[in-house]
Amino acid sequence: MADKNEQIDESNMPAMQRVLDNPFILLFIGILIPTLAYIVWGIMELISIPIAD
Amino acid sequence: MSNGAMFRTCPDTGLKFHRPAESLMKANAVAAVVFLLVGGFFGLLVGLTRWPEVHLLEAESFYLVLTGHGINVLIFWIIFFEMAVLQFCSSTLLGCRLATPQLAWTAWGLMVAGALINNYAVLWLGNSSVMMTSYAPMPADPLFYLGLILFAVGALINCFIFLATLVIARSERTYQGSIPLVTFGALTAAIIAIFTIASGAIILIPTFLWSVGIVSNIDAGVYRLIWWAFGHSSQQINVSAHVAVWYAIAAIVFGAKPLSEKVSRVAFLMYIAVLQIASAHHLLVDPGLSSEWKIFNTSYAMYLAVMASMVHGLTVPGSIEAAQRARGLNSGLFEWLRKAPWGNPVFSGMFLSLVGFGVLGGITGVVMGAEQINLVMHNTLYVPGHFHGTVVVGTTLAFMALTYWLVPILFRRELILPKLASWQPYIFGLGMAGVALFLMGAGTLGVPRRHWDILFSGAADGGYEFSAAALTMMSLNGMSVVLACLGGALFILIVVGSLLFGRRLDEGAKVGREMIAATPADSAYKGIGVGAITIPGTLAMVFVFFAAFVLYYFINWKYLAETWGIS
Repeated sequence: MADKNEQIDESNMPAMQRVLDNPFILLFIGILIPTLAYIVWGIMELISIPIAD
Repeated sequence: MSNGAMFRTCPDTGLKFHRPAESLMKANAVAAVVFLLVGGFFGLLVGLTRWPEVHLLEAESFYLVLTGHGINVLIFWIIFFEMAVLQFCSSTLLGCRLATPQLAWTAWGLMVAGALINNYAVLWLGNSSVMMTSYAPMPADPLFYLGLILFAVGALINCFIFLATLVIARSERTYQGSIPLVTFGALTAAIIAIFTIASGAIILIPTFLWSVGIVSNIDAGVYRLIWWAFGHSSQQINVSAHVAVWYAIAAIVFGAKPLSEKVSRVAFLMYIAVLQIASAHHLLVDPGLSSEWKIFNTSYAMYLAVMASMVHGLTVPGSIEAAQRARGLNSGLFEWLRKAPWGNPVFSGMFLSLVGFGVLGGITGVVMGAEQINLVMHNTLYVPGHFHGTVVVGTTLAFMALTYWLVPILFRRELILPKLASWQPYIFGLGMAGVALFLMGAGTLGVPRRHWDILFSGAADGGYEFSAAALTMMSLNGMSVVLACLGGALFILIVVGSLLFGRRLDEGAKVGREMIAATPADSAYKGIGVGAITIPGTLAMVFVFFAAFVLYYFINWKYLAETWGIS
């Protein structure tokens, strides 16, 4: 019974709270954003610099 | 092992300590304090060399000591302590067993081996005086990089053990609903640590291979870009960890509950998303990166992280104020603060950390993160001034405060020299606030950051004459360093002395004073504050903070405007 109640509670949980309660979604966000915005974008800029003659 | 043998219940707090996790916390905390001692001693030597009238060390030994200072305190002390925080916030606060304690011991061993190997390369071999940034193509001994890699691998393993412990707690249902806010803050720190350490591995492994001759070239621009994803983000782990410690201490000392769990968690989420990319402010004068990249990663995205810090800066003292008012300290604006336990180093250390981090570190970080005004102080002593405000006044002081609570609770030893302990946060905090302020003052006047002799006294043209104000700042910085080191030495004396000579507390014996405050009843919160405002004192402090913020921001634009005269 307790399990059923818990399932009902979880299904009614707001989407934002589900995100905050899931450490692996948070890990994904925490890796993805800085990797794209800082590292990938930065590397693309650096490798697009023409090599001096 | 039976459940009773696996766990110990603290008689003062009711917290359940998983015994293997408890031993690991102790090992990590002890290692942290040892490296604080080593790095702090080198800090004294650096400070005495920067003091113009003393100028203690020769150039060669200065760079060696500066490298040892930076790595031992910025990386080894803080990350060892953070590993203990992660284990406490997962296993102890959730009342569950730590995942894979044997692997955690292996991780600890890797971290200790890495730290010792790195120190061996810097201090013994003497061929790795590359400072913390270790910019390629400036070469260090291969052992320098190997030590850092081993340390990083150990820390990374610990982060995944933390995540695995959360999974265990959830599957064994040792908590109801969401994880506690303090554990959520530690989760934020662990996630930032994983990004940070992975970035370190991406750049340090090829650099190690370059140092042994397997890789022919390391691109300086790429090195700087990825190294700072490691170097600056490692300080963002500290921010998340010490904010979690602030919340923990507010609950421990006052029984305070967050003003809004949702708001605090969303603020931590903003840390997870954007705090790391503030690393870009170190590259604001690098020619290979566009203004779009620089401005997005600093002046746009970074401000979201700054907003998150300001949310914590409001909610932590606000929750303390609300709890104090609920206990009856409800008169005027500041009775709650005036009658706070200022003689308790757990509280005073935490509160000085909060104010110092926000005012000294936070405001100046925003100034440095704006591309235009960054030019006023880029690569000057302003930069170490700023991070002594964030990492030392902010993080180190918060960790020191928590340690005073952990000595009886975790190590089961009574604190020795309690009177001295009540003074220690003030001595250390005042000294370090002076270091941060005077270095930033000197930096604003142009004193360079990386040169051993700011006056270039050996130069053929007679060197460079800084203004009397700049030299005065440097002398005041030297005095502040001495005061801060005295505070640091007192901390080591009290903590190590307590572990060795403090009265041993039996497992079932209480400390004899309140170690965790009861949470005031919900009904006690009704009618607190002035009029409809429940936390007027905190709001008044916030307005003072904002006024200082705006004023300081525009003063720096004025400095910039004066850099190039219009004729």
